[in-house]
Amino acid sequence: MFGKLTFDALPSDPIIIGASIFMLLVGLLIVGLLFRFKRFTWLWKEWLTSVDHKKIGVIYLILAFVMLLRGFTDAAMMRTQQAISVGDATGFLPPDHYDQIFTAHGVIMIFFVAMPLMFGLINLAVPLQIGARDVAFPFLNSLSLWLTVAGAMLVNVSLTVGDFAAAGWLAYPPLSGIEYSPGVGMDYYIWALQIAGVGSLISGINFFITILTMRCPGMTFMRMPVFVWTVFSSMALVIISFPILTATLGMLSVDRLFGMHFFTSDFGGNPMMYINLIWAWGHPEVYILMLPAFGIFSEVVSTFSRKRLFGYTTMIWATVAITFLSFVVWLHHFFTMGSGAKVNAFFGIMTMIIAIPTGVKIFNWLFTMFRGRITFTSPMLWTLGFIFTFTLGGMTGVLLAVPGIDFQLHNSLFLIAHFHNTIIGGVVFGYFAGLTYWFPKIFGFTLNEKLGKLAFWHWIVGFFVAFTPLYILGLMGMTRRLSHIDASTGWQPLLIVAGIGVLIIAGGVVLQIAQFIVSIKERRKNLDTTGDPWDGRTLEWSTSSPPPSYNFATIPTVHGRYPFWDMKQGVGAKKEKTHYEDIHMPKNTGMGLYIALASFLFGFGVVWHIVWLVALGAFGIIALIIVRSFNRDTEYVIPATEVEMLESART
Amino acid sequence: MTTKTLIYPVRDREGSQREPISNGTLHHQEISREESYHADNKAIFGFWAYIMSDCLLFASLFATYAVLQNNTYGGPSAGELFSMPFVLVETLILLTSSFTFGLVTMYAHHHNSKSKVLAWLFVTFLLGVAFLAMEVTEFAKLAEEGNSWQRSGFLSAFFTLVGTHGLHVTAGLLWMGSLIAQVMRYGLDSVTVRKLSCLGLFWHFLDIVWIFIFTVVYLMGAI
Repeated sequence: MFGKLTFDALPSDPIIIGASIFMLLVGLLIVGLLFRFKRFTWLWKEWLTSVDHKKIGVIYLILAFVMLLRGFTDAAMMRTQQAISVGDATGFLPPDHYDQIFTAHGVIMIFFVAMPLMFGLINLAVPLQIGARDVAFPFLNSLSLWLTVAGAMLVNVSLTVGDFAAAGWLAYPPLSGIEYSPGVGMDYYIWALQIAGVGSLISGINFFITILTMRCPGMTFMRMPVFVWTVFSSMALVIISFPILTATLGMLSVDRLFGMHFFTSDFGGNPMMYINLIWAWGHPEVYILMLPAFGIFSEVVSTFSRKRLFGYTTMIWATVAITFLSFVVWLHHFFTMGSGAKVNAFFGIMTMIIAIPTGVKIFNWLFTMFRGRITFTSPMLWTLGFIFTFTLGGMTGVLLAVPGIDFQLHNSLFLIAHFHNTIIGGVVFGYFAGLTYWFPKIFGFTLNEKLGKLAFWHWIVGFFVAFTPLYILGLMGMTRRLSHIDASTGWQPLLIVAGIGVLIIAGGVVLQIAQFIVSIKERRKNLDTTGDPWDGRTLEWSTSSPPPSYNFATIPTVHGRYPFWDMKQGVGAKKEKTHYEDIHMPKNTGMGLYIALASFLFGFGVVWHIVWLVALGAFGIIALIIVRSFNRDTEYVIPATEVEMLESART
Repeated sequence: MTTKTLIYPVRDREGSQREPISNGTLHHQEISREESYHADNKAIFGFWAYIMSDCLLFASLFATYAVLQNNTYGGPSAGELFSMPFVLVETLILLTSSFTFGLVTMYAHHHNSKSKVLAWLFVTFLLGVAFLAMEVTEFAKLAEEGNSWQRSGFLSAFFTLVGTHGLHVTAGLLWMGSLIAQVMRYGLDSVTVRKLSCLGLFWHFLDIVWIFIFTVVYLMGAI
């Protein structure tokens, strides 16, 4: 009846029981609050069924922050374990649990923190920056969101029901095969990623088409804001690379489910093929996350230096160059495979070449600041912190790109330090900068600057305290993913320093939470009444904060790269609008949520081999899609008179 | 003739060179069914993007097949397993279904003939079912002879590549069934014609993928 699912699947480990009870209590608290304040209808109508890109963006961000807390807790547990599990002491985590934690940490941070942060900010900013009223396919946008949530929920359910994968965040076979990972953890991993991956792919197509077809009149390609350009490149990468992930995980899954032999070490399977395939997706994925962050830094640095961006054209071409190069470097993740000197040399050189367009970007940002009137707001601090940190991370990356050095440092903590250096210093700082930058646009008030700056300092100091020791430990020969070390290695002091670093970062996280709470409490003091709190340059600042559901009462026409700045300088001044016209907007629908729920049931059924649940989920997905395709009542009209009323109330 | 107001202004290629129309007011466009291609270009363009990504999915499976095709682990190779006349019939059926779908598109776009569209959709559907039935027969026969997907890496790759194509055909058939019902209910308006165009892209795409499967798996396997 319930496949492999029995009561044994419930946790016995006290840490996991505690976490499960905590999750349950938080869930009950939320439901209780909704009940207490009678907000169910509001939540359903205004948020869960919304197809408004701004609200979808906010839900992505909430998901990212909830998952960030979990991913960060995992990180803190690992650092603690490594700092204390030396010699006779074995720490507080048994090895099998430790393996699940480092796997969950990687999976959650990349797929359910970085990706939702990215899609959240894209949803918030891109339609506004290109002067559009929504995205190309608003319903698919809602579907993508809920598929991502469904994937995240599968990961969270695995904490309580059964266990999670223990084979590392990219699940290399044969370890991830059925023979060595017979449990349900790997299946949770596969189906969480498959479901969320479909969501990402749909989002990728959605924004690619949005940017291509929905720019306002006058916005030619070379007039697009840099953030839009980087998102465009990133979405192109999503469209090209995510199918490879889907195919690869699909093959791993049929290996496990049906006894196929793609990646097994006997019967003619080839485990190294998995590693090639997964990195053919995995390396572009790095740039999928990184490019939009580059775009955010470009917006921030130009706004807060009161200057146009230095070298717009080179910035765009550097972005495009990185987009192409990201597909010809995947083998640098496994130089030690033994593909020979010539192949390794090719991939090593290609990897080093990426440093050139990246260097172009760094210099463009520096020259934008040169003789600018810099205001050191928290988005600007994140940007400066990024330039410093990311440059270091980039240089250690060039080191690792030398195959000879890589043979020494492969799978050591040097590698761990390197990619955290680029991902925290680049992606995380970038999205935090973007969040602080665009927050007032969406919510109508600015975030508390004092706490924001304090959080930044905790993050950057904590980062270097936590990861500099890892560089050194890597050079000393410590490999990744160790749950216990021998006292004679002499590594413990450095591991303790790294643990202190995580504590400092935790301070940063707490300060960020405090920043949200304080800012919401004091929102009346920090209201953004002008819609332009930072003296911005691009179109999103030309509408009010928060924007009306239709974003722009009249679609703007642009004549340059910085349309709003020009407008403020009186160039091509906006004429007074005399009459408004009817606005057609997409209707809210719960269909995205239903399809995602059916996908969740399908995934859960496959994980536990519950045949009827798989059938029910699959039938649900198909039936819901067909029902949706028969629905012709998907738009509503805001009449011109109402637009006029809303507009006069707003201004 | 259906008239529809666009939610979003249509931007011409020159963008900036054009005089701003009444400084950014929404412009209306009257759309006849013949012009539905332009009105719905977002959806069709989006579908092209999806097809390109699906192409990458198949590319991954083809690459995998290419790597594993000689890994028979002592089992039979492609040359020993497949019956060429059978596969040729299968291929011709699928190619014919692509032709009949071409007729659907023609009648939908140029003749506005609901009955003919439905008739040819139905023929295409039957051809699709016939193709799928032959594929299932082939799979069952292979499995019966002890050459299932568990036999070797080569057979895993074969079943997955060809089976993924079969799953796509199944999805196409489900979609076709739903569209037959929609055309019956709503007639040939801009929405159903747009959906028929998307399904057409999908169906022809599956045909092209099959030609690659026929070449790479069956023909090159037979040599």
